[in-house]
Amino acid sequence: MRINPRIVDAAAKVGLSGQAFFTVGILIVIVAIICVKGLPYVNMEFIVSSPEDMGRHGGIFSAIIGTGLLAFLSILFATPLGVGTAIFLTEYTKESAFTKMIRFGVESLAGIPSILYGLFGFIFFVIKLGMGWSLLAGVLTMTIMILPTIIRTSEEAIKSVPRNLRIVSYSLSATKWETVTKVVLPAAAPGILTGIMLSVGRAVGETAAVIFTMGSSLRLPTSLMDSGRTMAVHFYILAREGISMEKAYATALVLVFSILFINVIAYYIMNKVTSRYS
Amino acid sequence: MDIKIKIEKLKVAFGKNEILKGISADVFKNQITGFMGPAGSGKSTLISVINRMIDFEDHVAIAGKVYIDGEDILGEEIDDVQLRRRVGTVFAVPIPLPRSIFENVAYGPRLQGISDRIKIREIVRDSLKKAFLWDEVKDRMNTSALKLSGGQQQRLCLARTLALVPEIILLDEPCSGLDPISTAKIEEALDELKKDYTIILVSNNTKQIARITDFVSFFYMGDLIEYGPTERVFTNPSIKQTEDYIQGKFG
Repeated sequence: MRINPRIVDAAAKVGLSGQAFFTVGILIVIVAIICVKGLPYVNMEFIVSSPEDMGRHGGIFSAIIGTGLLAFLSILFATPLGVGTAIFLTEYTKESAFTKMIRFGVESLAGIPSILYGLFGFIFFVIKLGMGWSLLAGVLTMTIMILPTIIRTSEEAIKSVPRNLRIVSYSLSATKWETVTKVVLPAAAPGILTGIMLSVGRAVGETAAVIFTMGSSLRLPTSLMDSGRTMAVHFYILAREGISMEKAYATALVLVFSILFINVIAYYIMNKVTSRYS
Repeated sequence: MDIKIKIEKLKVAFGKNEILKGISADVFKNQITGFMGPAGSGKSTLISVINRMIDFEDHVAIAGKVYIDGEDILGEEIDDVQLRRRVGTVFAVPIPLPRSIFENVAYGPRLQGISDRIKIREIVRDSLKKAFLWDEVKDRMNTSALKLSGGQQQRLCLARTLALVPEIILLDEPCSGLDPISTAKIEEALDELKKDYTIILVSNNTKQIARITDFVSFFYMGDLIEYGPTERVFTNPSIKQTEDYIQGKFG
């Protein structure tokens, strides 16, 4: 017997919306738990004062700065490298064994667990190059770790720019570089930004690779060679060592909202910038 | 009449597929020359050789010569970017760049290194006037070009090409997607423009070819079948195939 298509249609609608609500629901529950448990301990003092007594008292100012520096500097290094690689792969080479090899390498790098990056960073940057546990070692490790994401998303974004726009640009006597910078990149910018924001999320949320390379010093990092602690690492240590669950949840709350904040700001700026190109 | 473009025994093949089988023709200065013929006859390919846009295609083999003002444009020493300043192109589908009307027209001049605002504004205004679009857009130069209608977009593309101050304008079926009124406006513009430019118009529309071209060439399966003054070709074609095509017996 054939089921009435209208009934199937209605069932699909109910089923799919159920799945969507379930997904969003889980997110809301997580954020709600963090809010309920963390909110009572978050205040201005918590944000602007440095941790005391292993983090049992005081705030998380040094961890906020540590997180910000790590994320900002890694993005600063990884974006030009990653976007440059993506431009090279899409615009300056024809599909060949060579590009396939690079692409395969990138895919493989994207799948490596972060702790392996941490181990590599520890052996190479911290020990071999003698950087010690430092912001610099952390930033370099994180740069390598987020590169595959930036390359892949940028490549997809650049590929999705219609070929016709390039043809028109060339026909108006633009060189390849002019076409890339004036037409392709502005059109691909929103997609590239998505990759960057995913990377910010990874850098801000990473623990394993950071502990191995940047260390977990509670002091405020004042130079690239200082060790430091990110909020994620701070949260991990507070919870893991049973130092203070209250402070741990408060840290988590600040972490979640800073990611949200960064996203809102980034997309706001992007809208301002790309409105000229629509 | 001066010869602007001289094509000599031009052969073009994509892989094993021979698209142009040895074409020779002279295109005259300050005239509108029509290229007509059914799909796949090689007329668009010929266009893409003259502006060297064919460089962006893969597996192309070109033999023969094309001269502009006596200079071989297929030679190694020709700078294709410089060439495209002299040879402007309007494509079949209007493709505005995703930016404002003003910035679309200013794109070419800016690439040429013109940065003086007043000068750019002047070029943009003149180009839009020549393309019969100025009156429709002068009050909204900063709105997105994508918001214009199809016919307006195509005239914008024409204006954008004119802003390069080219010597030759190639139009590859520029009216194929346009309504009769927009088509009439483009034709009106072309008729004015031939005073200053050498124009090549590719079209499947024999009526349009008859209306506005001075010379016409009929292409079929990669061969140039007939070439001559439009009036003569349309009233007294010397080859049966041309006559059949003009009368709409195939196409």
